[in-house]
Amino acid sequence: MPLKRILSSRWLKVAVFALCLVPVLLLVWKAFNGGLGANPIEFITHATGDWTLRFLCITLSITPLRKLLRLPELVRFRRMLGLFGFFYGCLHFLTWLVVDKFFDWNEILKDVVKRPYITAGFTGFVLLIPLAVTSTTGWIRRMGGKRWQMLHRLIYVTACAGVVHYYWLVKSDIRLPVFYGAIVAVLLAYRLVVSLVKSRKPLPRATGAAAGEPTAS
Amino acid sequence: MLIRRSPGIPPSEVTPKHLYLNRRSFLAGLPLAGAAFAAGSARAGTKLNGIAKSPFSTTEKVTPSNDVTHYNNYYEFGTGKEQPAGLAQKLKTSPWTVKVEGAVNKPQVFDIDAIMKMAPLEERIYRHRCVERWSIVVPWIGFPLNELIKKVEPTAKAKFVAFQTVFDPGIMLSERAAGIQLPYVEGLRMDEAMHPLAILCVGMYGEDLPKQDGAPVRLVVPWKYGFKSIKSIVKIKFVEKQPPTTWNITNAHEYGFYSNVNPEVDHPRWSQASERRLGEFFMRKTLMFNGYGDQVAQLYSGMDLRKYY
Ligand code: HEM
Repeated sequence: MPLKRILSSRWLKVAVFALCLVPVLLLVWKAFNGGLGANPIEFITHATGDWTLRFLCITLSITPLRKLLRLPELVRFRRMLGLFGFFYGCLHFLTWLVVDKFFDWNEILKDVVKRPYITAGFTGFVLLIPLAVTSTTGWIRRMGGKRWQMLHRLIYVTACAGVVHYYWLVKSDIRLPVFYGAIVAVLLAYRLVVSLVKSRKPLPRATGAAAGEPTAS
Repeated sequence: MLIRRSPGIPPSEVTPKHLYLNRRSFLAGLPLAGAAFAAGSARAGTKLNGIAKSPFSTTEKVTPSNDVTHYNNYYEFGTGKEQPAGLAQKLKTSPWTVKVEGAVNKPQVFDIDAIMKMAPLEERIYRHRCVERWSIVVPWIGFPLNELIKKVEPTAKAKFVAFQTVFDPGIMLSERAAGIQLPYVEGLRMDEAMHPLAILCVGMYGEDLPKQDGAPVRLVVPWKYGFKSIKSIVKIKFVEKQPPTTWNITNAHEYGFYSNVNPEVDHPRWSQASERRLGEFFMRKTLMFNGYGDQVAQLYSGMDLRKYY
């Protein structure tokens, strides 16, 4: 099947990688062309925050898509997409750390503890760190598929925290946070349903993933 | 990553307006954000002549007008900052009347021309601090609100002044989309309204007001958060009781009736101790009463500003 061939090709991976870089390249381009508007820092914070959340959603949709479309090849892209989520999360976090707070640790601590929306975002971001660190094949082997999978379910928490973060920071127009909330809800509901169905009729061993292929998120 | 857009780029050199007006919807990639807008034609405002200078003006660097006209909170015309510059162009600002009523001896309806000629126009270069932690310096043009108040002769019952923005559902967002109750309403205590710093504003940067900035007539109260400075006023009513105000209705816990700029009283969700002046890279300290404490602090002597935020 040609689709499967394409999905397995090296070049597609390179192309997806390049595509994932477009948002940040666009920001750089705009920065040099006066395209960031009257409040460039806010623009960057918002754009990187938006892309963090989008990449989390895209990453979370890989498993449902590959199961529903019967395209196991899709899993090849999952790590990369997840890491791009982390990458945009880092840019987002650094913008805040450097330009908003300018490494004022006292202020930073106060914000993280006192401002619920920062607490939520910060929690979501911190939980991504172990996932990024253990994203390599070496770590999967070292931890064992089951434990690795358990750990990487933290992305569910991050996605929820990201939505809550967004919901709490808007002033009155809640349409976009609600929109992302709905997407995350559907993606997580899919997993809940799958696990309920599985636990109802425990099939002999070889359900879920092929042996050796961890399937978290 | 963190590159400051150099200020002072002539408007002709920046990205064409329709392109950057669009960029939020482009980035968002969502139908929700992709609201249509009137093609943003370059604004040719009407120049206002014979404008007097004012001792109340600050000498701080004025924010480029292009920023002040493309970074607006005007929720009736979109909840994004760039949307009002396009969508507000649908607002018809002439003919325009302002109805003044309530506890006054001389209730009347003023035509916008009458308002423009009500008192000598002055340029007031004020700091303008938004509750969202950004600020600008704007050369407003207008005259003290108390000039209008004296004309209508408030009675002893007039303790507060209530203001109302135009509301035209045909060209504006729905209440649900905007997330606030409409029409937009604001209010001041009588002594605040009489204060010489509070102005009825009919222009900025030497010209009449752009629509997204509250044409044809708005309030400017420089010691309060920006949302108190209500735009596109159609009604002014003198009342005995403290009138409802839009953001207070939306979220009383976060936005009080007074909403004086106060670095010591945080918004529940963020600190108000600092702000970003548009065009500057790092945050700067926010000043008590936005730096107008010498003139207005006595209005609030004896009041607990934590309670009356
Ligand atoms: C995985 C974690 C995170 C996600 C998914 C996320 C996502 C978002 C999103 C979607 C927005 C709104 C963008 C818009 O309005 O278009 C946003 C704004 C923001 N985020 Fe995050 N964020 C995360 C973590 C953080 C962290 C760790 C911080 C700082 C400690 C942070 C600070 C902010 C700030 C300051 C804003 C702007 C708020 C404002 O405009 O008032 N975020 N974030």
